[in-house]
Amino acid sequence: MNDASVAQRRSAADLLPSGDGGAKRRMRAISPSRLAIHATLLFAAALYLVPLVVMLLTSIKTPEDIRTGNLLSWPETFTLIGWVKAWSVVDGYFWNSVKIAIPAVLISTAVGALNGYVLSMWRFRGSQLFFGLLLFGCFLPFQTVLLPASFTLGKLGLANTTAGLVLVHVVYGIAFTTLFFRNYYVTVPDALVRAARLDGAGFFTIFGRILLPMSVPIIMVCLIWQFTQIWNDFLFGVVFASGDAQPITVALNNLVNTSTGAKEYNVDMAAAMIAGLPTLLVYIVAGKYFLRGLTAGAVKG
Amino acid sequence: MSIATVMTKTSPLDVLQRWLPKLVLAPSMLVVLVGFYGYILWTLVLSFTNSSFMPSYKWVGLQQYMRLMDNDRWWVASQNLLVFGGLFIGISLVIGVFLAVLLDQRIRREGFIRTIYLYPMALSMIVTGTAWKWLLNPGLGLDKMLRDWGWEGFRLDWLVDQDRVIYCLVIAAVWQASGFVMALFLAGLRSVDQSIIRAAQVDGAGLPTIYLRIVLPSLRPVFFSAVMILAHIAIKSFDLVAAMTAGGPGYSSDLPAMFMYSFTFSRGQMGIGSASAMLMLAAILTLLVPYLYSELRGKRHE
Amino acid sequence: MATLELRNVNKSYGSGLADTLKNIELSIDSGEFLILVGPSGCGKSTLMNCIAGLESISGGAILVDGADISGMSPKDRDIAMVFQSYALYPTMNVRDNIAFGLKMRKMAPAAIDEEVARVAKLLQIEHLLQRKPGQLSGGQQQRVAMGRALARRPKIYLFDEPLSNLDAKLRVEMRTEIKLMHQRLKTTTVYVTHDQIEAMTLGDKVAVMKDGIIQQFGTPQQIYNDPANLFVASFIGSPPMNFIPVRLQRRDGQCWAVLSSSLGVAGQARCELPLGELEAGMDNRDLILGIRPEQIQLAADDGAEAPSICAEVEVTEPTGPDTLVFVNLNQTKVCCRLAPDMTPQVGSTLSLRFEPSRVLLFDAQSGERLLAKKRQATDNKVAQLKRG
Repeated sequence: MNDASVAQRRSAADLLPSGDGGAKRRMRAISPSRLAIHATLLFAAALYLVPLVVMLLTSIKTPEDIRTGNLLSWPETFTLIGWVKAWSVVDGYFWNSVKIAIPAVLISTAVGALNGYVLSMWRFRGSQLFFGLLLFGCFLPFQTVLLPASFTLGKLGLANTTAGLVLVHVVYGIAFTTLFFRNYYVTVPDALVRAARLDGAGFFTIFGRILLPMSVPIIMVCLIWQFTQIWNDFLFGVVFASGDAQPITVALNNLVNTSTGAKEYNVDMAAAMIAGLPTLLVYIVAGKYFLRGLTAGAVKG
Repeated sequence: MSIATVMTKTSPLDVLQRWLPKLVLAPSMLVVLVGFYGYILWTLVLSFTNSSFMPSYKWVGLQQYMRLMDNDRWWVASQNLLVFGGLFIGISLVIGVFLAVLLDQRIRREGFIRTIYLYPMALSMIVTGTAWKWLLNPGLGLDKMLRDWGWEGFRLDWLVDQDRVIYCLVIAAVWQASGFVMALFLAGLRSVDQSIIRAAQVDGAGLPTIYLRIVLPSLRPVFFSAVMILAHIAIKSFDLVAAMTAGGPGYSSDLPAMFMYSFTFSRGQMGIGSASAMLMLAAILTLLVPYLYSELRGKRHE
Repeated sequence: MATLELRNVNKSYGSGLADTLKNIELSIDSGEFLILVGPSGCGKSTLMNCIAGLESISGGAILVDGADISGMSPKDRDIAMVFQSYALYPTMNVRDNIAFGLKMRKMAPAAIDEEVARVAKLLQIEHLLQRKPGQLSGGQQQRVAMGRALARRPKIYLFDEPLSNLDAKLRVEMRTEIKLMHQRLKTTTVYVTHDQIEAMTLGDKVAVMKDGIIQQFGTPQQIYNDPANLFVASFIGSPPMNFIPVRLQRRDGQCWAVLSSSLGVAGQARCELPLGELEAGMDNRDLILGIRPEQIQLAADDGAEAPSICAEVEVTEPTGPDTLVFVNLNQTKVCCRLAPDMTPQVGSTLSLRFEPSRVLLFDAQSGERLLAKKRQATDNKVAQLKRG
């Protein structure tokens, strides 16, 4: 790629669409700096990729290979033994995570959607106060509720069950899901609801026929956000579940941090990849919604 | 001819319709009041009791807080939080802003590059911790790789070095979150009024000046949001420590979240654990209250 | 169609706040077109929402065909509304938008199709039925919004500033179309606007509102020619009525308003307008004389009785259909609406004539209109003079 072509393709005129001839010439003159920008960006991208590449490479090496080679050395012999072993360890826990994540994601999203609908379209005295209280839940350090929550789960007979984790994730997820939907619905004109009311539609009809069909983007954002949060959760998993009910993050941590026996780094890395793949796939497929969730969570109100 | 509608007075159905919004919100209100605020109060109460393995409600006043203050491990955890939080926030911001500004220069395949910067954010901290624990492995990780590559004197054993282990956490956390900062600022940069940049160009300012003097200062709200979120991640950081160091060597890489977990659930000292949780809440509040205040005030001015 | 009557309607949000609507009394006959006009925040939209049932009233009664509907939910009131933002359901196509209200009312599918077809033909939107609102222009969305209301065949139509999102040209077109539609369908209609031209052109009755109070309720002509107070007089009419602070003189058993133009004008720089007899005590108050631009004429040399005054032309604005000329009287800029072929030079002197019978007098403090005791008599005399 030579300088001239770079400059042609990405001249200053791209940044500032109107750009007169003078500005264009000036930019062409400093095209080496644009090359430097690209080089820097690509180098940074490579750095960000290193851990993933290392994980992948390590996971398909033999323990022997790991000891003799280095992180980025090509495997002498390619083996899936690490993946097979890892899967045999985390198999059940992976499905635990699935069993926790799917219902928790669906329920918390549904509750969030209804809450958001009420908080934006059917405000009543005190609903704003409630929204404020809920908003704080987005910042709540969960350490402050762990003990009472575990007492409660024990009382309900849900301690150490995936159902208990579903409940916890729903309860502490509705702050964010409500925020997503509420902030989405406040941008919908009130007149839409008024028109539907005059047309004779009731509370649920308006929600189901008018608002829900236009909520696809925010539903995606919410589903993906919740899935990532719940799948990646460790704190609730380690506190509220033990043994057979553990989610995969806890199982992975146990596997990696056991001090018994020889360390099998290929198994560790394969297990880490198994734990990371679902959210990574979701990110690759629906990155746009993932980013919107992150920034929506960031820029509140 | 008008479509027939029965002109009845308020029917029971209408009454139900009127109450539906409140009915729908009621379960969530209950959950929030009990599960958030009730439980915080409960934890607060526990922090004033001598609860150990089991909750007890024998009032001991501020005794647990005193014990916490006398606990060396708590101080290490708190100091670590300051070091970890400060470095994590600072470095993430610098890298994030830097990459965002570079990416804002109409880069080809910007979407692809952006996707790479942001992917760590999709991973669990446990996965991140596992990966970096391996990368920073003394003897087999980057340590060995760079020596293999010809840097003979290279040594990287921070993970087992009491004084430096905290930096390992910083590295992993920055890797995970800096792409997110980049995304936040890139979105902010895209929302800057292009005519301001054009006006500055007409005034003769170069691109670096335009960014440093005009564009970035206008992104103050984004900056505050980013700091808030990063600080929040730092204070809640528990999984990263658990996966990478488990607080070790010794308790040299402990963070308050880790401290709270191990005292409450492993060592059976609920009272002191609750006290530490309340102090974490206080830390979040000292950040949150001014932030929300300025946010709300800003809203009112608009 | 139905009659609509508002009896002493009040609306307040909470006890500490000022009332948004105060003692609203209105009534219109079946098929009449009522305009609610006023500046933003005057309560006109709140009043409309109260009629629709989207907001509850704090007191009074709303009667449709004599039956109180104020306790009913919106869906039972049989009222349709056209919104400023059109409020078309974005995920439904035009057909479904129009049909939605009918479906909600459990109308048979065949009847719905028939109704949609009728309305689409009426509004000439047949070719748009399969489109989504996002694919329509502003004017088309406006038609669909009206179609949705028409399909329901309700007792009363409400229009909430339906034209204010359209560009100027389209707005004039749609205004005419709404008027035609109303003439054809004779629907009882309440129409909210802040545009005084819409108010004048569309309404059978106009209610001018300010601060939640109806300032005046009457026909457009009454509102225009006989405003109840300074606010109504200033709100209706474009260019607006001239308001000139005046002093009064009492002479020959009646009051006279004194006007003077700037000094140094060639000709008569002062004139006195007869106002009839005012109540005692008026003399000392600050008074404002109101006269519409078109009621200031060039003094003709036909020896007419009307008092005239000479003034220097400060600015001229030829608008096409007429020319606006600005002069200075009593230190106030005064607009005169002259024929388009009259384009006096700036700085030249014009002799202007006032028709005393069209001059209005207001109390500067309260803004209330002051009526002369013997005004009726004077009016008659003028009328006789004209006839003669």
